[in-house]
Amino acid sequence: MNIAFDKRTLPNGLDVIIHEDHSLPIVAVNVWYHVGSKNEVPGRTGFAHLFEHLMFEGSQHYDRGYFHPLQEAGAALNGSTNADRTNYWEVVPTNALDLALWMESDRMGFLLPALTEAKFANQRDVVLNERRQNYENRPYGLAGMAIVAALYPPDHPYHWLTIGAADDIRAAHIDDVRAFFQRYYHPANASLTLAGDVDAAAGLQLAAQYFGDIAGGDRPAPVQLATPLPPPQDLTLVIEDRVELPRLYMAWHSPALFAAGDAELDLVAEVLSSGKTSRLYRALVYEQRIATEVAASQNSREAGSFFQIVATAAPGRTLAEVERAIIKELTVFLETGPTAKELDRCLAQAEAHFLFRLQTVGGFGGKSDQLNAYNVFLGDPGYFEKDLDRYGSATADGLRNAAAAWLKLSNRVVLSVVPRGRVALALPGSQPVTVS
Amino acid sequence: MAADRSRLPGLGPERRFTFPAIQRSTLANGLRICTVPHRQVPLVAVLALVPAGASADPPERPGLAAITGDMLDEGCGDKGALDVHETLGRLGAQLDLDVGHDATVVGLTTLVRHLDAGLELLRDMLIRPRFEQREFDRVRELRLNRLLQLKDMPPALADRAFAQLLYRHHPYGHLPIGSEGSLRAMMVRDITAFHRNAYGPARTTIVAVGDAPHEALRDSVARAFEGWTTEPAQPPADPDSFGAPPAPAGRLALVHRAAAAQSELRIGHVALPRRTADYHGALVANMVLGGQFVSRINMNLREDKGYTYGARTAFEFRRAPGPFVLQASVQADATADAVREAIREIAAIRGDRPITREELELGRASLTRGYPRNFETADQIARAAAQLALYDLPDDYFTTFVPAVLALDERAVTAIAERHLDPSRLVTVIVGDRDRLTPALNALDMGEIADVRVV
Repeated sequence: MNIAFDKRTLPNGLDVIIHEDHSLPIVAVNVWYHVGSKNEVPGRTGFAHLFEHLMFEGSQHYDRGYFHPLQEAGAALNGSTNADRTNYWEVVPTNALDLALWMESDRMGFLLPALTEAKFANQRDVVLNERRQNYENRPYGLAGMAIVAALYPPDHPYHWLTIGAADDIRAAHIDDVRAFFQRYYHPANASLTLAGDVDAAAGLQLAAQYFGDIAGGDRPAPVQLATPLPPPQDLTLVIEDRVELPRLYMAWHSPALFAAGDAELDLVAEVLSSGKTSRLYRALVYEQRIATEVAASQNSREAGSFFQIVATAAPGRTLAEVERAIIKELTVFLETGPTAKELDRCLAQAEAHFLFRLQTVGGFGGKSDQLNAYNVFLGDPGYFEKDLDRYGSATADGLRNAAAAWLKLSNRVVLSVVPRGRVALALPGSQPVTVS
Repeated sequence: MAADRSRLPGLGPERRFTFPAIQRSTLANGLRICTVPHRQVPLVAVLALVPAGASADPPERPGLAAITGDMLDEGCGDKGALDVHETLGRLGAQLDLDVGHDATVVGLTTLVRHLDAGLELLRDMLIRPRFEQREFDRVRELRLNRLLQLKDMPPALADRAFAQLLYRHHPYGHLPIGSEGSLRAMMVRDITAFHRNAYGPARTTIVAVGDAPHEALRDSVARAFEGWTTEPAQPPADPDSFGAPPAPAGRLALVHRAAAAQSELRIGHVALPRRTADYHGALVANMVLGGQFVSRINMNLREDKGYTYGARTAFEFRRAPGPFVLQASVQADATADAVREAIREIAAIRGDRPITREELELGRASLTRGYPRNFETADQIARAAAQLALYDLPDDYFTTFVPAVLALDERAVTAIAERHLDPSRLVTVIVGDRDRLTPALNALDMGEIADVRVV
């Protein structure tokens, strides 16, 4: 199981990766810029994502919106921003590969001449509406903000979510766009992958043709982040929200993406909450019926991850009950680790998930996106098999040790989200926090 | 050679694409099998299509089809609920239970080496579900809790109110999850009876797509399902036989949500069924109006006004006429303006701004040039094949899609828009703050604002 590829770095610093797959007459074009919300500073949060929106508003040589010519050619396209990176992709019919490369290269090289105050103001409004829709007007939508704010100190760039603070988005200025573009949006800070119905030699030649004359720029120094201190003991918080059922969040610092223990904690999350036979689901939802849902996850990121357990109390049940049940299961797991049967099941699922990821050339999580992820974070697009091996070689002791090292009950952030006016439903002793 | 930036590059010659060939067979018990080899990745996707969805719910038991579907993996054959999921985990299988308005679809994707084991499990879920009381009690409780939580989700509130207003007591007038009262009254014997009446081999289609030849896929399905013999005596009515729903009582309805930062909108009316000669034209008209990013409505409400993160429209095709619906979540203080603009756009396409040649070409091109990408994964192909089975479409449907779309001109598409979009029948549902919105909504002059309580 692997993803075959060719890689070349252009003189201006752009990495170009090609993966041939001629099953369908389509090609995926995927561009990663190694910039995300962790490159932001307090007071200017949400900017990397707002910037991503502006990348769809036209560039110097085609200034009538980014979507029109591509949708007319039959493309699907999108982009996204997270803490560590910003990606853009098109999946085009083979005969529109030139068009997609022209468009991607034009916005990489020539975005600023087409930037206007009107576009900037419009997309700022759109992003504020995105924030209202996906965070403010959504049940439990503000919990994530409270968690990261508590896990990381205010000057740490994982202290805020990628969407940013509404006031910061309102305060963003068009001059910031220019500076951000010059610093982060150039070939030396980008990685281009073509995957699909394209010959490697022809693809490399096309990439050079469209991107070769864009000036390179300096690759920004990696964001160096000191490992934050663990949360103080008993950091127990509550927020009130427009929800019917109270929900409990527990979060811990955990190893960075690809660091020792990252894959193990991903598997620990599977053992705890994937499927009805997982430990937490079985105990809390299936047997005791004190929770309506429970999820554990290792949220892997470049400069430090967090592990989270989330459970929603069933009507009439308290978060204290839910917390006790989680701790009981976790304590047993920390002592004994997974059974051989559990480990086998999780490894079978991991293998299947790697196979599922080989099914599409483009889009979020398709082969082109994965090649870029491995290239940007590790400098090695060929990491797929090694990545699979991180899981395949995991052992029961490895899972237990990783869990014991990171999921200490004394070093957690615990957050209760309760219906408005019903703070009494929170875990005892919780301090109110405000997020908006 | 540097790029020529004086103009966009033209498109090269189109590469031919051969649509996946579907092979059909029928077992002695009447069960239909569709197979498609798809050899890229060692996976297989199997779908079981049972033509009984929420529209088959008895009038006094909304939610019955959905909870029946939900119970299939809660114990079957010699396996209890936990054993079923332990097996799924060991097979690395993904199970997807989906109960829509017209059908229940059970999907299972797994490694091809586990095909037979996966089929056995799927077979037991469909044929030998246990429907045990204690599992039912738990699943019902989870669904009731889910209903409770949906009360805080504006999109769910809007969808429920919209279905109620458009269809009222028609079988499409409720969402698959049903209502609290109905779920509370439900008994195990209800689901047992529903299963007995709706699930049977001659009504079921199994689609298998994956890394094996036709014969191997078919033989595996046949081995698993040939022993299924119980045929329902009283199957649910075909949606084809549903009468038209009564006309909605009003045009404007509001679900109150105090101090909402945004208003959730649904605007639409009952439109047309899946099996209609106007299908392709309706798709093209929708591409112009609101089917993609560059459509009129998104360009207006998002890219021009900045009222929303996105607005879109769709004809929801079902066996009986489904709704045309516009959906958007707009900032609260722009609610009335967004409603006015949205209705104006729907009216304009069959009024003072008919579809232009350029828009027609853009809509047709987006639909046809992008078509092959819908056939990339085994699951996508299986779902496409299942659509053919659900809507009685011919096997060459995929091959005829592109020519059928390209044969339409702007007059034909505008005529179809005129036939199936009617501004005078549009119903607008808003989930938002009543007191804050009422003055501006009254100024829209759309009549009385009905206060909807979603039950």
